[in-house]
Amino acid sequence: MADSIAIQGARPATSLERPLSLRERMDIPRRVTLAAAALVVLIVGLLIVFIGTRGLSLFIDAHVSPLEIFSTDWKPNPESPPNTFGLLDFILGSLGLMVVAAIISAPLSIGLAVFMSEIAPAWARNITRPAMEVFVGIPSVVYGFLGATVLVDFLRINLHGLGFTLGKSWFAGSLVLSLMILPTITSIAYDALITVPRDLRTGSLALGTTRWQTIRHILLPAARAGLLTAIILGMMRAAGEALAVQMVIGNSVRLPTDITKPITALTAQIVLDMGNTTFNQPWNKALWTMGLILLLISFTFVTLARRIGRRASAIQ
Amino acid sequence: MNGRLRADRFATGGLWAIAIFVVAILLAIILNFVIKSIGVITPTFLTAPPPDQFSGNVGGIGPVLFNSIYMLVLTLLINVPLGVLGGIYMAEYATENRATNIIRLCQELISSVPSIVVGLFGLAVFVVGLGLQFSAISGALALTVFNLPLMTRLTEQAIRAVPDDERSASLALGATKWQTITRVVLPIAIPGIVTGVILTAGRIFGEAAALIFTAGSATPGAFDYGNFNLFDSRSPWSPFHTTTTMSVYIWQVNSEGNLPLEIQRQVGNAASAVLILSVLIFNLGSRGLGRMLQRRVTGA
Repeated sequence: MADSIAIQGARPATSLERPLSLRERMDIPRRVTLAAAALVVLIVGLLIVFIGTRGLSLFIDAHVSPLEIFSTDWKPNPESPPNTFGLLDFILGSLGLMVVAAIISAPLSIGLAVFMSEIAPAWARNITRPAMEVFVGIPSVVYGFLGATVLVDFLRINLHGLGFTLGKSWFAGSLVLSLMILPTITSIAYDALITVPRDLRTGSLALGTTRWQTIRHILLPAARAGLLTAIILGMMRAAGEALAVQMVIGNSVRLPTDITKPITALTAQIVLDMGNTTFNQPWNKALWTMGLILLLISFTFVTLARRIGRRASAIQ
Repeated sequence: MNGRLRADRFATGGLWAIAIFVVAILLAIILNFVIKSIGVITPTFLTAPPPDQFSGNVGGIGPVLFNSIYMLVLTLLINVPLGVLGGIYMAEYATENRATNIIRLCQELISSVPSIVVGLFGLAVFVVGLGLQFSAISGALALTVFNLPLMTRLTEQAIRAVPDDERSASLALGATKWQTITRVVLPIAIPGIVTGVILTAGRIFGEAAALIFTAGSATPGAFDYGNFNLFDSRSPWSPFHTTTTMSVYIWQVNSEGNLPLEIQRQVGNAASAVLILSVLIFNLGSRGLGRMLQRRVTGA
């Protein structure tokens, strides 16, 4: 799937593999292709160095206490001192958006994955599979535009009474994200389900269980690690989404306490403020710190997904 | 017994409902754009320059569409050769050692980095660090950050799918390893590689967050397509011109709010429809082309 480089252990190279002689080690094609493959290591290294140094510059060069970012005081504008750089609203906003998106999307996605792998007759599978491919292909900015025009208006006009006075809200952001991560979770969950050995299903059914009992008590537990990975990778995508979120959450700097009200997020604030700041302002450095936090969040999620994946393959 | 069967029927119904619901949402999204952009998407809309706040009409997406295609071609020019070479290494040369594991780890890490962070990285390294300004080349390099690992991975998979018999036969005839790779393995893997290229193309076309701080987000005026001076930053053909792509434009039109609301939405809807359509064409195209190449290569 386009947006999920499969999380899996390395496999042995194809059968051309054998111990290398000195001449082969010096082999030019081997070296050139190695350089191309190793470029990604360089990119990751540069990424960590650049985002890291600039992200930490808020503490090192601007002498902001690392503890200060865990406050809610966000007064970055140098024209109205004193400045404080509390990032808690943004961090919790991003996490809040992500968690609610996952709560909405996970049951739907996993339900759909179960449907596709266990229940769908051939004709239905011929609809759902291409539908998922189209879903993946829709660019995130289109989801954002759709959310900003259709969803936000709907919330403001029809659910005004529930508290959606502006339409733009935490809920709108999470709903847009839940749609965006649906194909991600579905496709990874589907892959996890179809790799459950056929014998487990037939064995269970032979004992006289219904299909649903087999799904609930055999299939889902057997695929648990894969399903968890799917949700984690979906959440990771949700936490990092910028434009679609920025277009629908209303971008007001406050703690996420009410799901019907506007909030803010790390990604959205970077998008909004980057153009208003110059490179050496503490304000600008704070935006890089937000970028660094985003990087750390996604690295954490990948590590988590890897670890779960490895434990799963160890069990099998 | 009865309860069990009822639960089974109930659950089956629920799962059907979920599937129908999700497909219905997708259809609704697509229909929404089709209906709203009927009458807006005309040949003029596809070629004319964008409107300003005084034009009073939807203008067109000519320059931003051009920029999207330009960005796509430039990014692929950088990514395909590097990605194919990297994929060859990972499939044919890499052994199970530490270096290979590090490369794979980095591929996974990169796939997780949010595009906005890639945009920041591009801003620091390409736009400011290398002094490339907001330009197509800065944007293409930023896109390379997450497309190169993907391209490498897809090429690796395509090459691994080539049966070992082909390699053995070639080696048995006395061909060197490199000859085997370039004359036997690669031609067989090409359909898979092409499918991969087109799939990444769809992603490049839709990307916006990584491009705002690298390729720029200024609404372009009318383009002078006759200016072929590649070092003139006003020339649309120059890799040094500010390159607002269609995806960025959709975001920009709706977040800056310079245009009257009605026009803003019409532009957004029509440009989104064109974007979705392009990605659909990429998806279908990759399948069709992959199948066609397969037939030519295998002679079946």
